[in-house]
Amino acid sequence: MKRIHIDEITLAVKNACIDINYQIDDRIMEAFKEGLVNERSPIGIGIMNDLIQNADLAKHKIAPICQDTGMIVAFVTIGQSVLIEGGSCSEAIQAGIRAGYKEGFLRKSVVTDPLIRINSGDNTPGIVYYDLVEGDAFEIELAAKGFGSENMSKSFMLKPSDGIEGVVDCVLETVRSAGSNPCPPIIVGVGIGGTLDKAAQIAKRALLRPLGDSNALTHISALEKRLLREINALGIGPQGLGGDTTALAVHVEVFPTHIAGLPVVVNINCHASRHHKITL
Amino acid sequence: MNEIRISAPLLESDVLKLKAGDRVLISGTIITARDAAHMRLLQLIKENKPLPIRLEGQVIYYAGPSPAPEGRPIGACGPTTSYRMDKLTPPLLALGLKGMIGKGDRSDDVIKCMVEFGAVYFAAVGGAGALIASAVQAAEVIAFEDLGPEALMALTVVDFPAFVAIDAKGADMYRTEPIKYRR
Repeated sequence: MKRIHIDEITLAVKNACIDINYQIDDRIMEAFKEGLVNERSPIGIGIMNDLIQNADLAKHKIAPICQDTGMIVAFVTIGQSVLIEGGSCSEAIQAGIRAGYKEGFLRKSVVTDPLIRINSGDNTPGIVYYDLVEGDAFEIELAAKGFGSENMSKSFMLKPSDGIEGVVDCVLETVRSAGSNPCPPIIVGVGIGGTLDKAAQIAKRALLRPLGDSNALTHISALEKRLLREINALGIGPQGLGGDTTALAVHVEVFPTHIAGLPVVVNINCHASRHHKITL
Repeated sequence: MNEIRISAPLLESDVLKLKAGDRVLISGTIITARDAAHMRLLQLIKENKPLPIRLEGQVIYYAGPSPAPEGRPIGACGPTTSYRMDKLTPPLLALGLKGMIGKGDRSDDVIKCMVEFGAVYFAAVGGAGALIASAVQAAEVIAFEDLGPEALMALTVVDFPAFVAIDAKGADMYRTEPIKYRR
């Protein structure tokens, strides 16, 4: 049996909240540089150079990458033989968020009630999902999700006969109507199958995959390549001011579904794409 | 690409000479306001009460900065998405607001009012929070402090980088540029 004290969880979450907001993902940086090579728009090139410079300033702790330091979403994978000691695992995660957002000078962007809208003052609660597995693994995949891109996400309940072309239409329609708003270049997470909620959950999870890694299923990795090509032919470009670099990657996840349905959720992420996997 | 230095608040003559596509460097004072602050301003206007800021010539920056670490005037302070303020903007334009800085396109109604009242919309680079912070020399909360990151703040800026995305004649880069790159 593996024993993990809640203080270890709180500390790891705190550090991750700070690190992901100041240190851009290496693969995002590579993707900006690749974008510069292919981009035809002079404005688009200028914007991507600004983003590279911005990442460098953030790395030196001048300020976070973006002022929207996000709402935390945590996917916890916990083995059945792990014993959490010292208190509640969920509360330990929230305590880590609270400490990270305070010590890291990160923006508190969470309101306690969606209609009354009073700021909670410490960026909690974060959203926590649990996946119980065999063995003694303990992992937290943590994302700081910005809402400029979250607001541009969409769900669709397609008919089985709509098939892959229907899915492509949903993704392109979502990206087209999002246009300049989600801070392109974006990362597109697509969840196909399951139920309405499951599709949304796997779409979010798709955004946490290392940038540009393909789905292991060949028909899905082919779909990812096609979607990336078609999205980048839309002309939206960096910040929606025209260009070839609209998306840096498309990640698709699938799940078994009902004979009557074909749920599709398109979850968009901005280029800051802040996430980290904690392993204890 | 033209690069033009302008000062804020804006002069009528500056508003009229700016063209969609110009790169500008803004120096002077700009006011941060986003969703909640706009709703409060509109409520005050509706109740005929005095506003905490003068709108004539003013430039509003759609932004909610992250907290300032010790020794710095501000944290990250890139733009937030402007469309959420679309319905809240025409009354401010009617009262003399001359410039808005944000990210993303604007509604037909906002553009119509920009042409009618003479105003310009600047796009700053979304997600460049640290880069833009280095153009901010001072920041002071001037109203609605209880809104936290959504408070009205006066920012003293030097060479704040932005594009004229929509000009006072209604020319709109979000409409003219992407079609050039469509394949």
